Amino acid sequence: MTETLDGHFVIAGETIPSRLILGTGGMSSPEAFAEALSASGASIATVAVRRVDPTTRHSLIDLLGEHGIRVLPNTAGCFTASEAVLTAKLAREAFDTDWVKLEVIGDDRTLLPDPVELLDAAEELVDEGFVVLPYTNDDPIVARRLEQLGCAAVMPLGSPIGSGLGIRNAHNIALIVEQAGVPVILDAGIGTASDACVAMELGCDAVLVASAITRAHHPAEMAAALRDAVNAGHRARSAGRIPRRLYAEASSPFDGMIEG
Amino acid sequence: MSARDPLDAVVVGGGVIGLSIGWRAACSGLAVAVIDPTPGHGSTWAAAGMLGPVGEAHFGEDRLARLNVAAARQWPAFARDLEEASNRHVGYVASGTVLAAMDASDRRVIDDVLTFQTDLGLSPRRLSSRECRELEPLLSPGVVGGAEFPDDHQVDNRLIVDALLAASDRSGVTVITDEVSAVNSKDGRVTGVTLRNGGTLDSGAVVVAAGCWSGGLGGLPHQVIPPVRPVKGLTLRVRASKGTPVLTRIVRGLVHGKSCYLVPREDGTVVIGATMEEKGFDLTVQVGSVHGLLRDARAVIPAIDEYELIETTTGLRPGSPDNAPLIGRTSMGGLFMATGHYRNGILLAPVTADAVVSMLDGKGVSDVIGSFGPDRFDSQQVGPPSRPEGVGT
Repeated sequence: MTETLDGHFVIAGETIPSRLILGTGGMSSPEAFAEALSASGASIATVAVRRVDPTTRHSLIDLLGEHGIRVLPNTAGCFTASEAVLTAKLAREAFDTDWVKLEVIGDDRTLLPDPVELLDAAEELVDEGFVVLPYTNDDPIVARRLEQLGCAAVMPLGSPIGSGLGIRNAHNIALIVEQAGVPVILDAGIGTASDACVAMELGCDAVLVASAITRAHHPAEMAAALRDAVNAGHRARSAGRIPRRLYAEASSPFDGMIEG
Repeated sequence: MSARDPLDAVVVGGGVIGLSIGWRAACSGLAVAVIDPTPGHGSTWAAAGMLGPVGEAHFGEDRLARLNVAAARQWPAFARDLEEASNRHVGYVASGTVLAAMDASDRRVIDDVLTFQTDLGLSPRRLSSRECRELEPLLSPGVVGGAEFPDDHQVDNRLIVDALLAASDRSGVTVITDEVSAVNSKDGRVTGVTLRNGGTLDSGAVVVAAGCWSGGLGGLPHQVIPPVRPVKGLTLRVRASKGTPVLTRIVRGLVHGKSCYLVPREDGTVVIGATMEEKGFDLTVQVGSVHGLLRDARAVIPAIDEYELIETTTGLRPGSPDNAPLIGRTSMGGLFMATGHYRNGILLAPVTADAVVSMLDGKGVSDVIGSFGPDRFDSQQVGPPSRPEGVGT
């Protein structure tokens, strides 16, 4: 393994230098977010197209530009495929990118993805030439279908957005990883560093975090912790963990010892 | 134009900050003009008038919280002086505030913040569900507990505008309904301003109090342009009809992670707020924003269902990089900043006005406000801090 400490991965032929991606929702102040951004080492941040104006000075977009962070527009707030497709097209104009994190939400209480609308929107956007990164449930079949439609990555949730409940169905995430031919980015539900570490140990290529950082008491500290956790989880996965056993297996074998 | 010539100071922007500075400066004997195309009708008009140093104290903002507490303490005297100077009522009510959680997670969030606020030396009081409803019987039976902020009061922001305009008039402030297109300067010192209609005003001091528009003012060298941005806020005004019960104090709610507030006025109006929208210079009232506020407000106070919806108003708060105001001298001679007050413009008006007037007089300011100088955002600060300067220097 010749990877750098933080490693890197590839989406649609492009090298992404950091395995931690930031969401920008819920930031308490631009200054606090800037500190978190630096501490995180992230190279990509998602931005809700419907909730920002890219031309405003001293805005979030300016801040990302100053830090050399690539903007990944998302379609947060869309409930139908048709809204999401339109929002993605607006994003392409406003941010001059074909990349879109596709979100189609089923209701505003759970913010869970609506898989039917999501598949429709993904198909249309792939046809239109977008590089589509869909936010999806932790359903291996939906993830497979998204990949078959031509999505450039899949972004299954660990648990609902902003819930901080971590990864509720680790087995499903493992199944998604096992079958995927595109990068798997764990999106939503991260509450603290260990959650991100588990995601990477399960074999995810990257983790997206928003609330866990922006709503932490000390956002920059949490961002640094998550960076370390993503790195640790990735290294542990590469190192190959030992199998789980029912009974003890002594680390120093007794076999062959000289009997006294 | 009736402006005294030459002026001691021109204040760019006539929101609650600019008008307060103008009035207080005139009280201390300065010849001052305040310029605004629609005085008092920007974010000052859309605000709810909460004076909430405790309810607005957030993690990582210790310094700002201390400034807010100092500002709230000045309000009773400021309100009294203003009522006397204007012969108007300003609606200062020491009602206190109750904060209600609507689910167990909301309550944990509140408990978390209470610990932080208590560590800051503030005085929130944790309440059970029953205690919340004893303080405000109209709270939903679904409330799961909360807190009381006994020192978080209110003033009627619209009465404040009327009173400040009247007091300005009586104290000799020239209020000009025009827009400043540029600050004029010579050899690095301000000489006055140019108005949109083409006229100019000569003055040795210019105070920029133009809220979120402060960054777009012409004639400012790059290094003194304040890093403020517009953050849209929507407030609703509803009114109790005959026979409907009325709120007795300010109610804040945390409703499944979303904040809202209801501020009852003496005349039966209730101000419901507020959204936080980063959409640039846009004042659109969005359907979803109105829905979201009403959904959360009626979850907290079901009785508002019977109220009349009388107004939707949007305003643009001037947000700064650290959510705190920019108050003080700049590196340009004679140029002062009083902007970036974000969510706390009404609360911070008295303390800002006193600080700016003190600086215009060539005096210093207290430590609590001294650390909010605009130079804290200078990326390449060189040399010693600029010497104190005022109108007479």
